[in-house]
Amino acid sequence: MLNAIDKHLLKTIADLHDIPQGAYNIRKNGVGISRSSTANIEIKTKEDKPGIDVIIKPGTKGESVHIPVIISAEGLNDVVYNTFDIGEGADVLIVAGCGIHNSGEGKAQHDGIHNFIVRKGARVRYVEKHYGEGNGRGERILNPQTILELEEGAYAELEMVQIKGVDSTKRYTEAKLGKEAHLLITERLLTHGNQFAESRILIELIGQDSSTQVISRSVAQEDSKQIFYPRVVGYNRCRGHVQCDSIIMDNAQIRAIPEISANHPDAQLIHEAAIGKIAGEQLIKLMSLGLSEKEAEKTILEGFLR
Amino acid sequence: MLEIKDLSLNVEGEKGSVEILHNINLTLEDNKFYVFTGPNGGGKSSLAKVIMGIYKPTQGKIFFNGRDITDLDITERAHLGIGYAFQQPPRFKGLTVEKLLQISAGNNKVVDCCNYLYDVGLCVQDYVGREVDNSLSGGELKRIEIATLLARDLKVAIYDEPEAGIDLWSFSKLIETFRNVHARQHGITIIISHQERILNLADEIILLADGTIKQQGSREYMLPLLLGDIERICPRDRMERGEDSVECNR
Ligand SMILES: Nc1ncnc2c1ncn2[C@@H]1O[C@H](COP(=O)(O)OP(=O)(O)OP(=O)(O)O)[C@@H](O)[C@H]1O
Ligand SMILES: [Mg+2]
Repeated sequence: MLNAIDKHLLKTIADLHDIPQGAYNIRKNGVGISRSSTANIEIKTKEDKPGIDVIIKPGTKGESVHIPVIISAEGLNDVVYNTFDIGEGADVLIVAGCGIHNSGEGKAQHDGIHNFIVRKGARVRYVEKHYGEGNGRGERILNPQTILELEEGAYAELEMVQIKGVDSTKRYTEAKLGKEAHLLITERLLTHGNQFAESRILIELIGQDSSTQVISRSVAQEDSKQIFYPRVVGYNRCRGHVQCDSIIMDNAQIRAIPEISANHPDAQLIHEAAIGKIAGEQLIKLMSLGLSEKEAEKTILEGFLR
Repeated sequence: MLEIKDLSLNVEGEKGSVEILHNINLTLEDNKFYVFTGPNGGGKSSLAKVIMGIYKPTQGKIFFNGRDITDLDITERAHLGIGYAFQQPPRFKGLTVEKLLQISAGNNKVVDCCNYLYDVGLCVQDYVGREVDNSLSGGELKRIEIATLLARDLKVAIYDEPEAGIDLWSFSKLIETFRNVHARQHGITIIISHQERILNLADEIILLADGTIKQQGSREYMLPLLLGDIERICPRDRMERGEDSVECNR
């Protein structure tokens, strides 16, 4: 049922060698091909539109959900709506991700729209990896949307990674945080060739003592373009910290347009943004340890995007 | 053996080309411990960088065990066993201490990070997983920089002001480490330093000022000159400020 290409994509995006343990849903070329629920995690097909509902019972601890998407057909435009309901006090790992193998001429596109409700005191770690391959000329396009609502004391960690292979991506992430909720977003992006990547983030700190940290690291190589629009809005006593750090190379272009806005005297919001090339001293140091210039560059980028 | 012959270095500054090193002639022998010393801006780091291949000399040649290495690049010199610990080491976001030491030791060797960190007085558990980024203090970064040289099999090891930022308590341990490493490696050790306790380690001391070698000789010959006769290095008639305008530690 899973061929060699599928398995390779699964391994890259979800670190899976085969069918995962625990709850999972594997979607291939626009249809679900394999699914498993567990006693605490129920996965069911949406009735009104394509996609799934993932319902995690309150108090579920230490379980994981894998929902990889693989696309190996060209000319496909797959739009999917997934909803995650993470019950009170639960603590789970959700591994999503999309791998596209496009060896044709037509484009292959996947737009995943993910809605999360993280209920009181629940914790979730959400990992989303994007990967594209295939030597056809067909474009590989991914436009993910992640919409979160964090209730009182909820904690969410989003890890979003896209290293090479995706021609065009427009990412949108939106979150509303309740009292004492915390959201950590780490984003890592590498573009090359003529790729284009845009990331918009809107975080609204609504509840008292809610807090967020956004760490974005990106590398733009060759003729690629990147645009970042991180926004944090504080409506209460809250803390927000956004760090955008980019390495620019070759003829690439990077724009970072941050916004922090405070609507409360006790809102503490910080934004740091930096774009620059690899420091010459770093290359020299690694070369003086015996690496070639190319190896030194690779080591610096790997560390930066780790 | 490292031989530097008629070496000059010009760099392009804001006001055109400036000469930083002038007509340097120097022979450094295996198994010997050298200390380069001299006033700030005298050319010590620049000479070290020329040996490492970071700066290309404008004139002159460098021979390593009889081979002309003047045109070799940094990587090639590293492969010959030349190493340089920076005066101001760069920081790397995301690169761990362990990874950096692994690179230093060469990727094929099983690295014994623990010993090198111990040698520079850092607790292994606390540091192997840390990133070599802004979170490290100045002294910690210097110690890790020294460890990157200890991890290698070097024929020429150059440490640029290794004691800078290292606290008093660790200083003796560091001195001990340099002594041991030098004895182990059978190569040339060069330390750039202003510290008497490091000058005391030297077989030979080389005094650099204004981009030239002002004086050189055995420790026994040089130390009294350096410590006693500051006048010779900074003649009073050329001094624009009185001694009381600065804090003199010696
Ligand atoms: N890349 C460069 N461009 C311009 N000037 C330089 C450059 N590198 C060194 N210099 C100048 O050359 C001189 C010697 O510098 P160098 O760093 O070698 O001194 P040093 O002896 O190591 O001093 P310190 O004891 O302060 O470390 C200084 O005047 C310095 O400003
Ligand atoms: Mg110096």
